[in-house]
This record gives sequence, structure tokens and C-alpha cells, in this order.
Amino acid sequence: MSKLLIKGGKLVFADGVREGDILADGGKIIKIGQGLEDAGAEVVDARGLHVFPGLIDMHVHLREPGFEYKEDIASGSAAAVHGGFTQVCCMPNTQPVCDNAAVVGYIVARSKEVGLCKVRPIGAITKGEAGESLAEMGKMKDAGAVAVSDDGRPVSDARMMRLAIEYASDFGLLCLSHCEDKSLVDGGVVNEGYNSTLAGLKGIPRAAEEIMLAREIILAETLGKRVHICHVSTKGGVQLLREAKARGVRVTAETCPHYFMLTDDVIVTYDANTKVNPPIREAEDVAAIREGLRDGTLDCIVTDHAPHHRDEKSGEYNLAAFGISGIETSFSLSYTALVKSGVLTLEQLADRMSAAPARILGLEGGSLKEGGVADIMLADLDEKYMIDPKDFLSKGKNTPFAGREAYGRVKCTIVDGNIKYRA
Amino acid sequence: MLGKDLLGLYDTSAEDIVAILDTAVGMKKLLTQNLKKLPHLQGRTVTTLFYENSTRTRCSFELAAKYLGAGTVNISASSSSVQKGETLIDTGYTLDAMKNDVIVMRHPMGGAPHILAKHVRASVVNGGDGMNEHPTQALLDFYTMREKFGSFKGLKVAILGDIKHSRVAKSNLFGLTKLGAEVVMYAPATLMPQGIDRMGAKIASSREEALAGANVVMGLRIQLERMHGGLFPSLSEYNRYYGVSEEHLRFADPGCIVMHPGPVNRGVEFTSDVIDAPNSKITEQVLNGVAVRMALLFLLVKNRQEGEKHE
Repeated sequence: MSKLLIKGGKLVFADGVREGDILADGGKIIKIGQGLEDAGAEVVDARGLHVFPGLIDMHVHLREPGFEYKEDIASGSAAAVHGGFTQVCCMPNTQPVCDNAAVVGYIVARSKEVGLCKVRPIGAITKGEAGESLAEMGKMKDAGAVAVSDDGRPVSDARMMRLAIEYASDFGLLCLSHCEDKSLVDGGVVNEGYNSTLAGLKGIPRAAEEIMLAREIILAETLGKRVHICHVSTKGGVQLLREAKARGVRVTAETCPHYFMLTDDVIVTYDANTKVNPPIREAEDVAAIREGLRDGTLDCIVTDHAPHHRDEKSGEYNLAAFGISGIETSFSLSYTALVKSGVLTLEQLADRMSAAPARILGLEGGSLKEGGVADIMLADLDEKYMIDPKDFLSKGKNTPFAGREAYGRVKCTIVDGNIKYRA
Repeated sequence: MLGKDLLGLYDTSAEDIVAILDTAVGMKKLLTQNLKKLPHLQGRTVTTLFYENSTRTRCSFELAAKYLGAGTVNISASSSSVQKGETLIDTGYTLDAMKNDVIVMRHPMGGAPHILAKHVRASVVNGGDGMNEHPTQALLDFYTMREKFGSFKGLKVAILGDIKHSRVAKSNLFGLTKLGAEVVMYAPATLMPQGIDRMGAKIASSREEALAGANVVMGLRIQLERMHGGLFPSLSEYNRYYGVSEEHLRFADPGCIVMHPGPVNRGVEFTSDVIDAPNSKITEQVLNGVAVRMALLFLLVKNRQEGEKHE
């Protein structure tokens, strides 16, 4: 591994932004300081740029194995480094389901072969994500799984979820819960409210999400174990989490850019790129999500990157697939919506998009520090550009943000001290 | 002015609605004279593309097109074929390639006509899309109301029944509020959609309040599948607490009319004495439906002809 010297950037630390240089060698940051020189190092000119710890997305769908027509590990990894991410955790709803060590091992091996970002598989909670019997969590952990989740097919049986939380904790694995009471969803496709009535589309009530979220909090509390809540979208969900955290419940939570940027006004044109699960909610939810990110009730920002083929997003709204291809827009959108508008400081944004997910899952990275891994992202915060899905390296062009202007463009992504993306 | 398509009354101006109703007056006159071989749409093709069962709406459009001299093609696609086989957009391309002028579509999913309209040159008429809109039903309702009352200003229209799943209720609401009428709705809480009050409807807290002084009493069909889905316990309980009998009509304005988009469940939404009363316009609505659809098809095709001249 060659040496890398990042010179003249504004380094984003947890406690502030300071100008300085970073010298990386052997995949580690070996020195941070002013006026560093190294004749043997490749120099990256970071003047005018901000230098962040590499972004970490603990909730993506890479679709391989099984749905390579939507995305594969190669295209998903290319999209990740394009978006400034050095590490992503991929959900197990593949074909076959990632519910055993063999599939976990395949994803680990294939992502190393691709060699762009680090891909950390999330194993299924139950075999086949069928909600009936526990998957082999110990073996999956040994093969490289960093957490367990039945994302997209939530464990509806409360006893099964209780057992999963208990058993997973033996292996230090965290259960990531996609909260959705399917009986209340009842075939809904958008948020239930004014706009669902206006568009004549079946609504999903907030209660569908909040009831299961409350269940997970109660399980975590009574068991004294940890649980993590996926993609929180409602005001009520934020409130439940805030109260639980105040009581000391060991719960963490994530949200996505579309939940703090969009209201369900966007659905009335029947553009299926706005169809996502949980659905895009209303203005008061958007405000509550932003406040939750600000006060730390919501620990981190993920993308729930869910690439789909355009045929799955073109016909009737009801028939379209749920999901947004988000990994290449997350940083710019988050910076624009949260930092430029004063909700978060730059340091807090780095925490929500890097340090927090590392903390929650016990991953490497998440900060710029001597001796730490050299996973680094450089961005030009002043550059304004228009989001165009044609520029995506992901196979999934399904975004509701096409045509939107955003600030903060990723310029360079460095993984283990090697440049993996450069604008 | 009326555009290429008629997808819903939410996006249709009061002026366009009135223009359609005005044109329908002449059409109805011709119909009542039994003149059913008119030249207005000669050389034009109207296709009905129905992904849901329908007798009256499909038949009404087909006859309207035929009376005006258009060629007609009827396609019935079963709902299950929506899920597999040819996509809606590909079906649209196919119909377009065959030089259809107008596609009348009914579809079980909201927004399907909007998606079709974006992909075809033909004019698309929404013949009912899921829980969204059924604009021509509302237009024929308006025609019926105007024929009786002359104007919409100050008219009180009470709509009772399954509002939540009703595209008819919404198209009526969107149009009537633009035309200056007052719309009051009443339904079991399980059949009332969220936010409809913010769209201009007044939600009554009782059947009597809904009917009080109403000039138009409109019932909506209660579907048995809603009962099986647990939204209400039984048809007889529905009728007792939410249905309208002659006795309840005493709360309405003495000169009121009774309307229903059909098909009616006798003894559920309305008792038979209400359905068969002299002030019931339920059969008249059907005739008006043909006249209004003739007017709409004529105006849409006229628009197309003007567009074609400019090409």
C-alpha cells in the first residue's frame, strides 16, 4: 500500500473543524498535523475542500445475489464511493435470502473482489425472513455479518422477536427492526392522510409503524437488551424514541434523507419514484425528524438505498416497487437540508453519517484520528449542482430528487488509504 | 379550455364543466327525439379499455360514441391481467399505433389513466380509477342537478354511503365545490376517508344533520366485500343506522331529488320507496349519462381536430 498525503483541507473532527494535513500509510492514518511533507507519498490537494471521516451507511440493498438486474455488489459499491461512503451494510432480502453463513461469505468475498468500499452483510433474523425460526446467527457472525434484520419482512410475532433479540445478543449482534404492522398496512402504498385521499391511493397509517416501534422499545426495555429501529418516518415514532431514551432504554434509531426532505405532496402526480416504505409523510413529521436528528433522538442517517429497474417504477403506482436509490445523493441532500439550514453543525452531520453508525455496530472508522483506519471523504461544500439520475453509477435511477439543486459535492473517497473515487 | 384528456374534475375548471353540460343539453334533445345516427364523430374511433367489470359506464360510453357516428372497440381486461402480461404503457402504445382517437379507461388503481395519458397521443377519458375519480359520473350528476334546479349556487348536496372507497363522491366534491354548491357527507367512520373535510366537504355527525335541508340526496353503493373486510357488521345494520328511508327524507328539502350512481342495493343505501319515488332521478341519470358522454367525446375530438390542423 502506497502512502497518501491529503494536504490543505478543512478537517472535520467531532469537536470542530480545523485546517490540516493527513498522512496515511498501510491503510491507517499515521499523522495529522500542519505542513506535513512526505516525499514518497501521493499528494491529494484538498485546498478548498472539507475532509470527513468516510461515510458509513448501515442500511443499503445491494441486490446480489438474485436481483442483479436491479443492482449488484460492483455497481452498488461504485455508487457508494461515488456518494462518499467507505463502508455499507447490506440488508439480507436477496435471493436466496442472506440467512446463512454461505451467503454472508459470498457477499464478503465478492465485495473484496470488487474492492471499492467495505461491504458488511446483515444476516436475516429468521430463516428465509419468514418469521418462523431463527437463522444461524452465530455462524453468520463468524462469516462476517455485523447485525441481523428481517428488513422489509418484519418479524410480526412478538415472541419470535423477543427470542431474536435475546439470542442475537449472545453473539454481540444487534437486531435492526423494520417496524411495520402488516395488518394496519393492509395493502397501503402511501401515507394515509389528505394526499392519499386526494390521489385515491390506499394509505398506510402512522400507527402501522409506531405500534411495532413501541413493541421493540418495550422488548428492549424489559429484556435489558439493545435494539435498533430502521428508517423512522413519523413524529410519533420520534416521540416514542425520545421518551424511551430518556428512561435509559438501550434503543438506537436511523432515518433517511427522504423523510426529512419531502412531504407526501410529491405523490399526487403518481410518480412511482416517490413510492417508498415507510411512506413519505407530512410536514409535521418532517419537522419532527429534523428535530430528532438535531437532539440525537435519531442517531444516524442511512439511505435505505433501494435500487430498482425502471420497469418496476413506470406503470401503475400500486404495482410499482417500494424504494429509492439514495446512496449517491445522501450527502449532498443531508448537507443542504440540515447543515445549510442550521439544523445540524458540520460536526454533527459527520457524526450522524459516520461516527454514529460505527458506534452502533462496532465498525471501524467514523473519525479522523491518528492510528485509525484511513477511510476518508473529501467534499466541496460550496459546489452547487443539479441531481441527475443519469450521473448515478447505481443501476437504480429511481430517485424523487431528480432536477433538484443541492450543495456539497463529493470529490474524493479513500478506503484503507487508497483512492477509490475521484471527481 | 378542456385539454387532451379528461382525467378528473380536480384538474378541470368550472368553465370547462359548464361547457360540457351546455353541450350535453343539445345532445339530450337529439336523444329524446330518438336521433341516434349523428355525424359528429364520423371517421373517429373510441376504444373502451376496462380493467374492471362495468355494465352501465361501458355501455353508456359505447352508445354515446356510436350515436355520434364513431367506430367503437371494447376491450375487457380482467383485473388479474393487470398483474401479469402486457404492461399498461405497452397496451397504450399498441392502441395508439392503431390510431385510436379516444381511449376510455376504467382501472382498479388510482392514477392509472394519468400514467396512460402521458404515454399516448389518443385522448384519455377516465372511466373510473380505483378510489380516485369518476369524472363522467359526476358530470352526469351535475347535469341532472342543473336540469332540476337551474343553478348550483346555494345547492346543498348530501352524499351518504361508502365515501372512503368512492371515486364518485370525490369527483362530485371537486366539481360541486367549484360550481358553488355545498357538499355534506355522512358515512360510518370506517368508510370516511381522512382529510376530505379539508377538500371542502362538510362532515355531518348524524344522518339527520346530513339530510337537513338537502336539495340532493345522493346514495353510494355499499359493496359486500367491505363488510367481509370488517368495515361494517351487516347490511341490515348498515341500513338501520346509515340508510335512507322515506321517513328520513322528511329532513331534506321538500323539493329534493334522490340520486344514486348505481347499481343500487335495494334496502341497503335506500329503501325501495325512496328509489321508486317520483323525485328519484336514478333512471334519468342513466339517460343523462349518455348525453354528457356524447358532449364530452365531441368536445375532446373537436379539440383534437384543431390540434391536427396546426400540425
